[in-house]
Amino acid sequence: MSEAQLLAGWGRTAPTAARVVPVANASEVCAAVGSAGSRGIVARGLGRSYGDAAQDAGGSVLDLTPLCQVHDLDLHQGVVVADAGLSLHALMERVLPHGWFVPVTPGTRFVTLGGALAADIHGKNHHTDGSFGQHVLAFDLVTADGQLRRVDRERDTDLFWATAGGMGLTGIVTRVVLQLLAVRTSFMSVDTERATDLDDLMDRMVRTDDLYRYSVAWIDLLARGRSLGRSVLTRGDHARVDELPASRRTDPLAFAPRSLLRVPPVVPGGLLRRSTVSAFNAAWFRKAPRERRGEVQRLSTFFHPLDGLRDWNRVYGPAGLVQYQFVVPEAAGEAVREAVELLSAARAPSFLAVLKRFGAASPGPLSFPMPGWTLALDLPARTPALSGLFDRLDAIVVAAGGRVYLAKDARLPAELLPSMYPQLEAWRAVRERVDPSHVFTSDLARRLRL
Amino acid sequence: MNALGQPQSVLLVGGSSEIGLAIVERLVRDQTRRVVLAGRPSQRLTAGAERLAQEGAGVDVVPFDAADLNGHPVVVEQAFAGGDLDVVILAVGLLGDQLAAEQDVAQALDIVQTNYTAAVSIGLLASQALRAQGHGTLVVLSSVAGERPRRSNFLYGSAKAGLDAFATGLGDALVGTGVHVLVVRPGFVRTRMTAHLKPAPLSATTDMVAEAVVTALRNRKQTVWVPGTLRFVMSALRHLPRAVFRRLPV
Ligand SMILES: Cc1cc2nc3c(=O)[nH]c(=O)nc-3n(C[C@H](O)[C@H](O)[C@H](O)COP(=O)(O)OP(=O)(O)OC[C@H]3O[C@@H](n4cnc5c(N)ncnc54)[C@H](O)[C@@H]3O)c2cc1C
Ligand SMILES: NC(=O)c1ccc[n+]([C@@H]2O[C@H](COP(=O)([O-])OP(=O)(O)OC[C@H]3O[C@@H](n4cnc5c(N)ncnc54)[C@H](OP(=O)(O)O)[C@@H]3O)[C@@H](O)[C@H]2O)c1
Repeated sequence: MSEAQLLAGWGRTAPTAARVVPVANASEVCAAVGSAGSRGIVARGLGRSYGDAAQDAGGSVLDLTPLCQVHDLDLHQGVVVADAGLSLHALMERVLPHGWFVPVTPGTRFVTLGGALAADIHGKNHHTDGSFGQHVLAFDLVTADGQLRRVDRERDTDLFWATAGGMGLTGIVTRVVLQLLAVRTSFMSVDTERATDLDDLMDRMVRTDDLYRYSVAWIDLLARGRSLGRSVLTRGDHARVDELPASRRTDPLAFAPRSLLRVPPVVPGGLLRRSTVSAFNAAWFRKAPRERRGEVQRLSTFFHPLDGLRDWNRVYGPAGLVQYQFVVPEAAGEAVREAVELLSAARAPSFLAVLKRFGAASPGPLSFPMPGWTLALDLPARTPALSGLFDRLDAIVVAAGGRVYLAKDARLPAELLPSMYPQLEAWRAVRERVDPSHVFTSDLARRLRL
Repeated sequence: MNALGQPQSVLLVGGSSEIGLAIVERLVRDQTRRVVLAGRPSQRLTAGAERLAQEGAGVDVVPFDAADLNGHPVVVEQAFAGGDLDVVILAVGLLGDQLAAEQDVAQALDIVQTNYTAAVSIGLLASQALRAQGHGTLVVLSSVAGERPRRSNFLYGSAKAGLDAFATGLGDALVGTGVHVLVVRPGFVRTRMTAHLKPAPLSATTDMVAEAVVTALRNRKQTVWVPGTLRFVMSALRHLPRAVFRRLPV
């Protein structure tokens, strides 16, 4: 039996101790689930969820990262069968040379297939392609009875969609069958434009987002007055070979993200003062072109700008950071304005926040996306009066019929969950069926009384 | 405990303590929804429980007598029966009558047992339960009285000195387990414990202690003085010659 180890999420807040069990194959997973103690067990991928989803204080945490083989790659259909601990980074390295790409990628490549499914993650293409679960055809799941079963999207709809977005609480996903996206190059063709304020931004997005597969806006939340909500909108699609400069056309699918720089383990807290952040945001806004069309960018530049800096969360010092991401329905654009006004007025030191429009929701009862507007922002955990600020954001979100994202959450009061996730009871019914004694549990599950 | 250091559940040992209840009330105004009060049945205890329930907390009361050391394991077991506890506050204390206790060993031992032996017993049992759940903070109400013995209350002070050393050491022992110990060193706080005394300089209110504890929890601090300036005052006083210290009106 291994020693207890302290685990925290990407935000590095609220670490708790658990027994960490690395697993390298499905039978080890079955054995670990079978011998879970009274404090239960939960899967952990690369720990990129911000809060307490992939930790289980006093219990067992299965480290899925050694389980990372590719078992089958159908180059004609673009269907891959791979272990749940495989990272999207490794998958991209494997499939890109053959002209395939992951159908949905978050702002970092360092998430596992299992984590991507459990959070039913979204990317910049949600408005056109939906969430990750919608591209998964089937997966293998070890349930509370210690059995490994194949869960098919068409045949086992309930369990499939309770697991997609179910934050690891229906079982341990060991293998995923994923439909990939065909691409011609490993580059993006990107249009960039500056929006002078929030109305300008939202107007541009509503009018022309549908012309692009990928779309996201970076907002300066410290701008105020007439500049409130000023932002840079970047949209694009995978580049065609003829869009590449001649030098790149010989090897259009080359993929070699630059080596990672490390943030030193100890960073003085003073870096994150409001004045520094404000200056950074302003400089960044001015640096962006007013308008630029068809720029060829690397995949990593477009999708994963932060991945070049390993452990960038350390910039926030030992106290860590809290991310807040919410979505409100399409018609509740006013709630976005209220939230941006509130954040700007609070002068909270938030680096660039991200605004994006979601398309149709997946059937997952705990899945986060719904058609509408999503805003995501990071704040240092030690920001004064932070809990009151989040409470007021919650109130705006609930009033608008929206919700916060559990993969980012680390502080939502449990009583708000049912109104944010109206299908919670449907999800609970499936979970009761497959795991009546709650063998699968986590700090998040306990905190939110899931 | 959430990312902002706000507990959702708390156990107060010494469930009728004025300082303890002030801390718990402050926590309930934030995110704390479940409270367990462990104490001797009394009006004060019931009133405290009712007040917290009115503020919206779910409150359980567990009978606890510091003197019944054999009963302590059951107390802790019952307190944890309702689920995880993010914070355990140890607020049992007895100032006692120093002069009378110097004449009556039984009274002296009562002071020592209540402030030290019982607190060590509950503190260890609670820390084991917190370790088993893999997270939590033990808040121990020490006192400046333990910093340097004084003529007027050295029995109490000696027990608090022992408790302070115990709690500090326990905090070190628990590093890496997910469990933290917060040692709180208040100066003079106006409560029923001190109602018969003349307030000392730098005295504090129960609300000040509550505020300091909530902030310390948020910042994962290990020690907090209330008021904060006491830390510097005491570090100066500690080095005064005994003959001088003895004559100070504190
Ligand atoms: C810089 C950054 C940018 C991000 N951008 C986005 C974004 O754009 N869109 C988005 O949707 N998310 C985004 N995220 C969040 C991230 O995609 C999710 O939190 C994802 O779940 C992390 O995957 P992971 O492998 O690290 O999982 P972990 O964080 O380790 O676990 C997350 C959850 O998945 C469960 N889980 C993990 N593996 C398995 C398994 N094999 N079986 C069952 N359950 C499992 C865990 O129990 C836990 O509940 C971002 C995160 C970071 C750090
Ligand atoms: N007030 C100050 O100036 C001051 C300063 C520094 C530190 N402190 C410490 O802070 C803590 C709280 O004190 P307070 O000011 O809030 O005083 P308080 O209201 O008198 O609290 C003392 C608590 O201890 C309990 N207690 C005493 N003997 C007990 C026993 N045998 N069994 C069970 N419970 C027993 C009391 O319960 P009953 O109601 O049943 O008696 C009461 O709940 C104490 O540890 C104290 O030493 C106080």
